[in-house]
Amino acid sequence: MSAVSVENISKKYDKVTALQKISFEADAGEIFGIIGPDGAGKTTLFRILTTLLLADEGSASVDGKDVVKDYKEIRREIGYMPGRFSLYQDLTVEENLEFFATIFNTTIEENYHLIEDIYKQIEPFKKRRAGKLSGGMKQKLALCCALIHKPTVLFLDEPTTGVDPVSRKEFWDMLKKLKEQNISILVSTPYMDEASLCDRIAFIQNGRFLKIDTPSGIISQFGEKLWAVEGNDMYKLLLDLRNNGHVKSSFTFGDNIHITVDDSLTIEELKKYLTDTGHTNIEVHPIVPTIEDCFMQITENKENERNSN
Amino acid sequence: MLKFLLEKEFKQIFRNPFIPKLILFMPVMMLLIMPWAANQEIKNIKLSVIDNDHSTYSERLINKTIASGYFTLEDVSSSNSEALKSIESGKADIILEIEPEFENNLVKTGIAEVMISANAVNGTKGGLGSAYLAAIMADFADDINTEWGRNVDKLNNASINIVPHNMYNLYLDYKVFMVPALVVMLLTMIAGFLPALNIVGEKETGTIEQMNVTPVKRIIFILGKLIPYWIIGFVVLSICFILAALIYGIYPVGSILTIYFYASVYILVVSGLGLVISNYSDTMQQAMFVMFFFMLILILLSGLFTPVSSMPEWAQFISKINPLSYFIQVMRSIYLKGSGISELLPQLLALSTFAVVFNGWAVLSYRKSG
Repeated sequence: MSAVSVENISKKYDKVTALQKISFEADAGEIFGIIGPDGAGKTTLFRILTTLLLADEGSASVDGKDVVKDYKEIRREIGYMPGRFSLYQDLTVEENLEFFATIFNTTIEENYHLIEDIYKQIEPFKKRRAGKLSGGMKQKLALCCALIHKPTVLFLDEPTTGVDPVSRKEFWDMLKKLKEQNISILVSTPYMDEASLCDRIAFIQNGRFLKIDTPSGIISQFGEKLWAVEGNDMYKLLLDLRNNGHVKSSFTFGDNIHITVDDSLTIEELKKYLTDTGHTNIEVHPIVPTIEDCFMQITENKENERNSN
Repeated sequence: MLKFLLEKEFKQIFRNPFIPKLILFMPVMMLLIMPWAANQEIKNIKLSVIDNDHSTYSERLINKTIASGYFTLEDVSSSNSEALKSIESGKADIILEIEPEFENNLVKTGIAEVMISANAVNGTKGGLGSAYLAAIMADFADDINTEWGRNVDKLNNASINIVPHNMYNLYLDYKVFMVPALVVMLLTMIAGFLPALNIVGEKETGTIEQMNVTPVKRIIFILGKLIPYWIIGFVVLSICFILAALIYGIYPVGSILTIYFYASVYILVVSGLGLVISNYSDTMQQAMFVMFFFMLILILLSGLFTPVSSMPEWAQFISKINPLSYFIQVMRSIYLKGSGISELLPQLLALSTFAVVFNGWAVLSYRKSG
């Protein structure tokens, strides 16, 4: 049985369309990532699946239970960690955990094995008020509280936003361990580099799913020549690359520019073109596409499709 | 389940740096300060006299005025302009000017003139001051006429003598009147508005979202919010009774149990109103302003400071749909008259209706967004 099954879900806020006919299945025991920029509709989707919001149309089920009809059962079985820290800031770490254990009619001891690895890291601060924790520790506590009743499906809405790189890595290591415990995880993130850590990912933009596949599947479908270009004057370089007829797309990626080119162009030809337009210290080398490259490509293709329609 | 929620709620309340102090200080301060400040009896009106006659009779008149206890003699001026100056500078509130031939006229004709000018910036003081003074003048004229053994004009002289008798509150002590009403105000704020603010606070911090994905039922969640404040409300009520007895020596004439009974009905009313407000507000700021608005209107139109019967008709109508005014009536009746439930049935009926309406509205206006 799939952990989450969504069929043609749409949601509008007044005039703004947040979700448009979204459909997907997340299998039991997998980490399903929903990747997209801010405002793409990720949180709305999560709120519908966690029974906090009603969809305008379509149906969805979590662990085989309908989000509208069986919302009571779903609430007992899922763990939800909202994007914003939503625990009681004036209660201590320990009190928060205990409180959420008791309202789910369980105890910390009963499911301690689930949270042990995470809780051990914040245990030294268990007498500290939750509001006084650092960002990373807050996330760990929130994850503990979402896990304490041994949920079957875990919903994590941007769990690593605003968390430092080390804590982010630790956080993802924890998710992998939870997966081994047979907990299905639905996670959203605006960070492309986290996408490759999921079993399957869905790109979302403007309330639509652009593509659903495994990270490697998405990369293998890239199907174009991808080069990284470096030079002294990056801004002029970007403009000149966009002026070249053989360059199909170009985007800034940190300290270099990723471009896709048509097959006729060679690295030497490009270097010559750039030298002619007055660039120095030019370096061009082919690279393996990342998830972010794929996302850029897919969104651009969609744009073009829409424009040509 | 409710037990854990209550435990959590109490922990949070006592951990709050502000609320426990508020709960203790608000009743104490209100009871200590307000009854004195909200006194509407006018005393110590500063009087400036212009005695143009300087006779025994004019002196008698002045002495009689001062002896009434309402006035203090601020200065004796020689001219009207001088007296006006002391009004302008705020030294005097009211001027009494006695005409030059006061004694002569009085003895000869029985009719003499005095002029009363009052500073009406403080309307109550000016109005009441001149009224008191006029009454003293009339009394004085009576005295003189009797002394001279004549009845100048029976028709013009007041033949009906009004002797006011303030029932239940013999000396018209405003403290006895104000204290029970202040208790009502306190109860409204603590049991009605604090829990509502608390709920809106959870909305604001997003914790309500986290609670909504748990199996905790909405009704349990709300009860978990209300019950602590109900308990605190009763504690504050008891503090008020003790303070009123200790400081002012005011004890309820009626049964204290009747008060607690009505208080519990009233608490239901105000918590219902608070819940309605919390359902319509997304932020504390919004909720605070709405409550402030209601608080002002409810208090001013409740008969707390001014009697309802002297309000215009539309205001009287509003006071009829104001739960505060009913509970104030109840409190005053029990405290001063010793009324029991049987005399206060209409109020019980009204308060119960409010409780049903507000709580019903609260349930209806809470629409599950999911």
